[in-house]
Amino acid sequence: MSTNKLLTGTETAAQAALLARVDVVPAYPITPQTVIVETLAEMIGSGELDAAYINVESEHSAMASCIGAAAAGARAFTATSSQGLALMHEVLHYAANGRMPIVMVNANRALAPPWNLYCDQSDSLAQRDTGWLQYYCADCQDVLDSILVAYKVAEEVSLPVMINLDAFYLTHTSEAVELPDQEAVDAFIPKQIKAVMDTEHPATYGNVCGPELYTSIRYNRHYDAVGALESWQRASQAYAQAFGRSCPPVQTYKTEDAETILVVAGSASGALRLAVDQMREQGHAAGMLRLAMLRPFPGEMIARAVGGAKRLVVVERGVSSGMGGIVGQELKAALFGRPGGLDIWSLFAGLGGKDIVPEEIAAEALAIAAGKPSGPEHGDHCIWTGLLP
Amino acid sequence: MTNTALTQDIMGPGHLACAGCGAAIAMRHAMEALGPKTNIVVPAGCWSTFIGVYPNSCLRVPVMSVAFATTAATASGLKAGLERMGRGEETVLAWAGDGGTFDIGIQALSGAAERNEDIIFVCYDNEAYMNTGIQRSSATPPGAWTTTTPESALKSQRKKNMVAIMAAHGVPYAATASIAYPEDFMAKMAKANSIRGTKFIHLFASCPTGWRHGSELSVEVAARAVKSRVFPLYEVMDGEEWRMSPMPAKEPVSEYLRMQGRFKAMGPEIEAEFQRGVDRSWKSLARKCAPSA
Repeated sequence: MSTNKLLTGTETAAQAALLARVDVVPAYPITPQTVIVETLAEMIGSGELDAAYINVESEHSAMASCIGAAAAGARAFTATSSQGLALMHEVLHYAANGRMPIVMVNANRALAPPWNLYCDQSDSLAQRDTGWLQYYCADCQDVLDSILVAYKVAEEVSLPVMINLDAFYLTHTSEAVELPDQEAVDAFIPKQIKAVMDTEHPATYGNVCGPELYTSIRYNRHYDAVGALESWQRASQAYAQAFGRSCPPVQTYKTEDAETILVVAGSASGALRLAVDQMREQGHAAGMLRLAMLRPFPGEMIARAVGGAKRLVVVERGVSSGMGGIVGQELKAALFGRPGGLDIWSLFAGLGGKDIVPEEIAAEALAIAAGKPSGPEHGDHCIWTGLLP
Repeated sequence: MTNTALTQDIMGPGHLACAGCGAAIAMRHAMEALGPKTNIVVPAGCWSTFIGVYPNSCLRVPVMSVAFATTAATASGLKAGLERMGRGEETVLAWAGDGGTFDIGIQALSGAAERNEDIIFVCYDNEAYMNTGIQRSSATPPGAWTTTTPESALKSQRKKNMVAIMAAHGVPYAATASIAYPEDFMAKMAKANSIRGTKFIHLFASCPTGWRHGSELSVEVAARAVKSRVFPLYEVMDGEEWRMSPMPAKEPVSEYLRMQGRFKAMGPEIEAEFQRGVDRSWKSLARKCAPSA
């Protein structure tokens, strides 16, 4: 029988790792994910979770140890955030290029300097090209569900998955979370990891290779990553059948007849629903699109969901300096060349923990729709709110 | 000392090392000592390139090529994974060069030693970044030429004492070994393999390309390093019990230096300082190895 518990996002992530019966947890603390590795240490110490815990000396080593464990055929899990994820960058490539089915939770937090502990997605967005699948959670229940779906997909396509949750908005807030029954989880994600390191069938992992073979290996990884979208949908549907909830890559609210669609990745989708309702109250056909999957990028699903809308207003939690909003750029690239002349705006509303306030978003989106966006410069389709004078 | 005939052919033909490579000789002996139930972790370095071009390999055991800094961390995870999968008795051998040990790899190595991970970490020390074309590492001896310590600016700093650093972690076993003394090396590897916890072997492996000596002289150069006490052979149990390995009589460093082009610019003053450094280190080592009163 499933049980309901009041849990924070970090506690939920640890519960998901417990339910997934992970084998090896190499861990290093970093705010605000620390509760995840503390909870797992307690679970393993008390015997609740039968697994090996490795107190590594850095995030770089945490990911390296995950790779070692996965190479032996074990199920590996770790968690990180911001600077820790940035430090891991090199090893993230090794995990994805080495096709290791690792699942990692990242608590989305701003990068320094200046030091800022609050929510910002520039940490994980900067890891787009490492080959990891990336999922952005809406709430604590989504943290639990997506981690379990992630193991199913990771082990099916042999690629690592990063589950992102907004710092503090999700890591430190409690919600009622439904924890599924262990037996049902076991049936949903039986372990299926092939050991790379096998003394009976010795082979090499990752040693030097020439340009042609390298290109072919990259081709395979790319198309397997593209195909992972279908795997995710399949796994999400199977999860819905077993547990009554799904983790769709794209989720919409009142988009059917929308002229303006607010787009966001992460936990702000709730706030944006309110903004949509306020815009509708003022007579504007607004909708919301929550982008849960950034790699692989669900371009076709977005195009279908966008329908005949005139504009997208992307509420950004990450900036690519010298270019613009990161999610906005992704959307522009994915929707380029499609008929309809869609206008795509980046609205920087959630950097460094800045609160995404429904009233402000609604007002800005209506101003954009009326052709009068605020701010001194908006020729690059970027709107910055709340700047200090 | 005589060499026992090799009976296992875990390292087959087809490696891509330079002629006379000390690190290639070393792996053959290491695998003879460890046997086929061994899993190897190799970071960037000479060995990461001369295993063979994928999917070929000169090693008949599984090998992971990993990020430069991560040898000991990957080995830690691999060992934990093997234990979880019921293969805990298999050996995990981390095999890194001096760059991957003394420099970029030292943090992960220190972490693994502090946790006392059940791995064997061998540093095959050729005293520079040889794979990228002979650049200085912190294992490069003073007075040596490399492409980043050219004749106009020879290396002036002393070499890190890696075994002392590892012994200070209190690891159950740390030792030095040389490709010129294969029986000693193999015995130390076998001993390391019989002990649980972190084992560290600092292996002196000559490099004809970087050291500028004939490829036929690799073993002789390595032997002279031992005879001149540039690279003494010893072991340390639990960080406390220091023991000298049986070694030949002492000779001055001049012949060892003269055999190698990398020292040809050092001059008599630097050579005298080099000799004094060797004598100081030896005295310190002898004190540690002397039975306590």
